[in-house]
Amino acid sequence: MSNRRHILNADAFDQLFDALRDAGYTTVGPTLHDGAIVYDALTCAADLPVGWIDVQEAGRYAVQDTGSGRYFDYTVGPHTWKRFLRPPREPLFEAIRSGAGVAFHAAAAPEETYALMGVRACDLAALGVLDAVLTGQTYVDTRYATRRSRAFVVAVQCARAGNTCFCVSMNTGPRASAGFDLALTELKDAGRHVFVVEVGSPRGATIAAALGLRDSTEEDWAAARAVSAATAANMGRQLDTTGLVSLLQQEAENPLWNDIAQRCLACANCTMVCPTCFCTTVEIDSDLEQTRASHTQVSDSCFHASFTQMHGGPPVRDTTSARYRQWLTHKLSTWHDQFGHSGCVGCGRCVTWCPVGIDLTAEAARLRASHEERA
Amino acid sequence: MTTRLKLAVWKFASCDGCQLQILDCEDELLVLAEVVDIAYFKEATRHEDPGPYDLSLVEGSITTAHDAERIRQVRAQSRILVTIGACATSGGIQALKNFDDVAVYKSIVYATPAYVSSLATSTPIADHVTVDYAIPGCPIDKTMLLRFLSALLAGRKPDIPTHTACVACKHSGVACLMVRGIPCMGPVTRAGCDALCPKFARGCFGCFGPSETANVDALIAQWREMGVDEATIMRAFHTFQAWAPPFRQVGDVVKSQTSPSRGASQGQGRQGHD
Repeated sequence: MSNRRHILNADAFDQLFDALRDAGYTTVGPTLHDGAIVYDALTCAADLPVGWIDVQEAGRYAVQDTGSGRYFDYTVGPHTWKRFLRPPREPLFEAIRSGAGVAFHAAAAPEETYALMGVRACDLAALGVLDAVLTGQTYVDTRYATRRSRAFVVAVQCARAGNTCFCVSMNTGPRASAGFDLALTELKDAGRHVFVVEVGSPRGATIAAALGLRDSTEEDWAAARAVSAATAANMGRQLDTTGLVSLLQQEAENPLWNDIAQRCLACANCTMVCPTCFCTTVEIDSDLEQTRASHTQVSDSCFHASFTQMHGGPPVRDTTSARYRQWLTHKLSTWHDQFGHSGCVGCGRCVTWCPVGIDLTAEAARLRASHEERA
Repeated sequence: MTTRLKLAVWKFASCDGCQLQILDCEDELLVLAEVVDIAYFKEATRHEDPGPYDLSLVEGSITTAHDAERIRQVRAQSRILVTIGACATSGGIQALKNFDDVAVYKSIVYATPAYVSSLATSTPIADHVTVDYAIPGCPIDKTMLLRFLSALLAGRKPDIPTHTACVACKHSGVACLMVRGIPCMGPVTRAGCDALCPKFARGCFGCFGPSETANVDALIAQWREMGVDEATIMRAFHTFQAWAPPFRQVGDVVKSQTSPSRGASQGQGRQGHD
């Protein structure tokens, strides 16, 4: 047991970046860009937003430099890991005219081998949701599956909860217990700055072996657990999921949906920042000479009219009310029917990144209150 | 295999910027000239072939009685008529005159107002004749135009996005400006520019006009929360797409919703459109 938990000194953190690079990984993770902590390529620990935190509220986001020297005190930002594992545009195939016929060429298999640095428990759960949707069904998204199976996951156990976080309600965090190759808990006090390193897989063990690690003590492990307990006690939001699956389906005709639609921009931001939203459409292109055509998978949203457009009529969901209802009930209710678990992991992105601050937890609570009032 | 379309490009009240986007298709221009027969395009050549035309691209709005008649003739000669740009599609920035008394402007601007023969309004082409497709933008995006032409040549339904510009921001990885305190029209504006302004941390100006579900009231309510004053709200919506519903109604929204507690002088945070 003890040999699966170690201590890495923060001043040796670059060893992890070097080991991942030597093993052939392209490391991507949080970095400060244009006033937001986004996910991008990282070459060393200094590329992380050292000392920065994010301040989030419904429809509000800002970053602050605390000067703490800590590597991971922000929570999750505008980007998700979908950006790398299932990018918004994916080539599918090309058709090329040759003589009297047409030759079809499948898009080349993805070559990227990512190390995802700083995956939080909620996002780890989100990857599990995507795995179930994209690889656990009859039709497998092979491009996602390829990148996902190669990806090395460095989880980070959250030391701060954001104001829009509710992973505790969704039972996805704040402590990740599986699904990572390595997991880091950052400990910093007057005397020391270290990471407690948990090894979660043989692949993780191989990388760990290349680092200058020493064994952790029971005190280190207790301190790491205490970090997660404190974070769990500070969730900015909560969502009561008791009976929610059937409650929402019973509230399909609640006038509150129209009230939400008055405020909703139907801009699709919530779906685009959601780490589990997976819907796509196909874009067709051809050249002017009509010698080449290509199909591209493009991320789409249930807030778009075209999403339920069928031949010869208005879209099936013709109002913002119907589209918001679809989104929220799919996430929190019918996802269970479809895949056997929730589509929401409690990361809070849809709350923070809604331009008008519509709060999924607040709307679900209002629907519950309305339901109970009538019961 | 290819169908050689006979193309005409027409100008009405406009700045020529959309026609220039066609000429700006530098890498594709030679191929374009091969696959379409450019029969009438005064911005490019004085050569002209008589109609009828398979495809007419129409730039500009209708601001004179003469043009109101001319667009009928263009329509009569065109199998497919496509408006290109904000002027042709929604009346353009010159539609600002629709909100005011043109006679007053004429008397102020021109030494002899009687010489000016124009209508009191600037109206979109679709107010006068049937339009088959509308390509939005001020100016149009040349990639969208080329995709449109490619689809038409292949006999495929053209794909002209109507959803919000937010999608382009998300695809490009731009963190939402609104949420970071910068007023942006992206959530009510249709995609097509690939988030040109937000990529430079500038709020969207709404060049591509209202998105399919533009909830202008909700966006304005949020702008007020952010401290944007009423005059700035009016100015933001009353530019290139002023006459496009629901941007057209923003004047009424601003007047009806102005309340003492939401003063007009808290202009802080309005970085996007100064």
